[in-house]
Amino acid sequence: MLAYIVRRLLFAIPILIGVNLITFALFFMVNTPDDMARAQLGAKQNTPSLIQAWKVSHGYDKPLFFNDKADGLSKISDTLFTQESLKLFMFDFGESDAGRQISSDILQRMVPSLSIALPTFVVGLITNIALALLIVLFRGSVLDSATMVIAVAIMSISGLFYIIAGQVLFSKMLHWVPISGYATGLEGIKFVILPILIGVVAGMGAGVRWYRSLFLEEINKDYVRTAKAKGLSEIAVLFKHVLQNGLLPILTGVVVVIPTLFMGSLIMESFFGIPGLGSYTIDAINSQDFGIVKAMVFLGSVLYIVGLILTDISYTFFDPRVRLNG
Amino acid sequence: MIPLFGGISISFFWTDIMIWGLLACIVIWAKIVGRSAQVKAQWHRVFESNTAMIAAIVLMVYFTIALLDSVQIHIAGANTQPGSFLDILLSHLIAATERTYSAPFALTEFNKSTKLSASGEVEQVYLPLQHIHAQASIMLQSVKGFGLGLVISAVLICAHCLYLASRQQSSFKDMVVAVWQKQTKLPWRTAYFTITLITIIMAWLFVLSFSFHVLGTDKVGIDVFYETLKSIRTGVLIGVLTTLVMLPIALTLGITAGLFRGWVDDVIQYIYTTLNSIPGVLLIAAAVLVMQVMINNHPSWMNSTAERADLRLLFLVLILGVTSWTGLCRLLRAETLKISQMEFVVAARAFGVSRAKVISRHILPNVMHIVLISVVLDFSSLVLAEAVLSYVGVGVDPTMNSWGNMINQARLEMARDPMVWWSLFSAFVFMFILVLAANLFSDRVQTVLNPREANN
Repeated sequence: MLAYIVRRLLFAIPILIGVNLITFALFFMVNTPDDMARAQLGAKQNTPSLIQAWKVSHGYDKPLFFNDKADGLSKISDTLFTQESLKLFMFDFGESDAGRQISSDILQRMVPSLSIALPTFVVGLITNIALALLIVLFRGSVLDSATMVIAVAIMSISGLFYIIAGQVLFSKMLHWVPISGYATGLEGIKFVILPILIGVVAGMGAGVRWYRSLFLEEINKDYVRTAKAKGLSEIAVLFKHVLQNGLLPILTGVVVVIPTLFMGSLIMESFFGIPGLGSYTIDAINSQDFGIVKAMVFLGSVLYIVGLILTDISYTFFDPRVRLNG
Repeated sequence: MIPLFGGISISFFWTDIMIWGLLACIVIWAKIVGRSAQVKAQWHRVFESNTAMIAAIVLMVYFTIALLDSVQIHIAGANTQPGSFLDILLSHLIAATERTYSAPFALTEFNKSTKLSASGEVEQVYLPLQHIHAQASIMLQSVKGFGLGLVISAVLICAHCLYLASRQQSSFKDMVVAVWQKQTKLPWRTAYFTITLITIIMAWLFVLSFSFHVLGTDKVGIDVFYETLKSIRTGVLIGVLTTLVMLPIALTLGITAGLFRGWVDDVIQYIYTTLNSIPGVLLIAAAVLVMQVMINNHPSWMNSTAERADLRLLFLVLILGVTSWTGLCRLLRAETLKISQMEFVVAARAFGVSRAKVISRHILPNVMHIVLISVVLDFSSLVLAEAVLSYVGVGVDPTMNSWGNMINQARLEMARDPMVWWSLFSAFVFMFILVLAANLFSDRVQTVLNPREANN
């Protein structure tokens, strides 16, 4: 088991190097340090010597991939790419344009992000599975087809609509919750309840459809027929057999998402003024703060890869047929 | 610029060329696969469903509007901006720009303005709108619009009926009776009802738009109905052209990986796992940010704002294409892997059939359903993604008409009381209809083309 995990972790390294290469290509080759210096210094002071000074002070004065002035191994190590990648691998994201430490900003903002993302995820999962089971119980009936039509309609509405409509209805007209803001502790509930509700409703269409098709696939299998033949009631079959066997495919889709919950939701957080990682990213995009965007790209990839590894590991716990040696 | 006649010439933006090129490709492709009776029968089955027929007609209306908006017409001597067919059709709306917000069918502006009254006093009044005809009776205009719609749809339906009759070598009268009694194979009666309904609504809005702002005006007084119709092109283009970019990459890499296996497979798998592990929105945002810097550094690339907006749309489509091929590629790889081990492919290889021929004869036709399903599915998610990306600020150019930009602008006015709701409403409704039609159509395509999941 441990050997397997270590091997999977080693597999992640080339992928992370690839991610680094892509971000590096985007941020340093297309948009060269010279361009960055010019943008930062403004039109008035972009003399070559000032640009050079800016590059030196930010550590951007090295060659991109290959340093032919150095010798030995430092031909490769004393370059901008190696330097930037190593920093990222150490989770040292440097400073933002505003002069704050990006790493500590990220740590601070993870909690508000999680306080929205985690409840949305858990409540959404439970409602979707419960609704899907209910529909499967009544499969082929009017209820089934009507719910499917509603599900398609829910899927076809833009996510922005749910947020705007929710804010107008519950905050502006009914005054049940504040329009935006954030607080810690019990105080915070009134701020997070609406985003969570909206997140759950917006994800319902696709979710219910997905779990329904999953359970239907399961229900056509032989063991269900056997269970029914021995006289088990429909509900017992559904909960005892179908739900349990359906858990495995549910797992594949779900576990990979869990680590990325830390990243928060871009749109939701900026609409509701929640100081999480999502709104952090949006602000960075709007102010063209490349340092933060780069850090978030790297962090997102790491979390996704962690999710993939967790998925593989969780298989072994739930499905004894899966062997990890192969 | 291509001169036509009488001093009229046309030109195309890059995205215009792409969309017309794509249309040509689709026509050629349809002609080629249309030869196979099996494929024909499959598509017949798709359209046998009433829902699919209605959805297809709605999609076609959107596509037609997008195509009408995808050509630049220059009229020599006229000192107006070059515009599309749609601009010419709606030129009365371009001219009817008010000062600021006004509600649908309103006679006055939305906000009070300061005005010097006749007695020299300063007072707050609602100024009347300048480009409406308040004396026009809505009733009379509605009847006119209704009549126009009825006539247009009658002409369309009769033409189609005549075509059907000539193909089945029956008389026009028999054909009409057959359609009415639902004796045709395809649900033409439903189709005709849909066409009539859509043309009547559109003609009604069109006729009324000469006298009123049917969907109100926005902050700088531009007619929202015009904005919404212009946004159709942006939405449709992003949905369609991204596919054009993504399809060749996904097909080539997916089939290569599945067929050749070994290190080729490893490399391709590595590439898409890497791309996949970067959060989609962030990758797009990063690429768009870089592109903005690039465009700003090279102002010589484009001559006008419209051209810059178009270039940005082109880049956005390229970026979306490059970031969204991984899902389809993975599916194609798995399917190719499966097919290439089946007896008929193994036998073909044993007989000495070349790899290229195996791909074109055996693999491509057998993975086509996966491609089709994912293309139709992706379309709706791309239309929705445009709105979100424009909101984040990494979507289309702010000067370009798009639903995302409309929503973004209107969102800032939410705090106003009473609310300015019509921009949001129009954008969401037009977007919803398009996405709903695409989703319903893709459901049907999936049911017919993928029989394994048909029972779900």
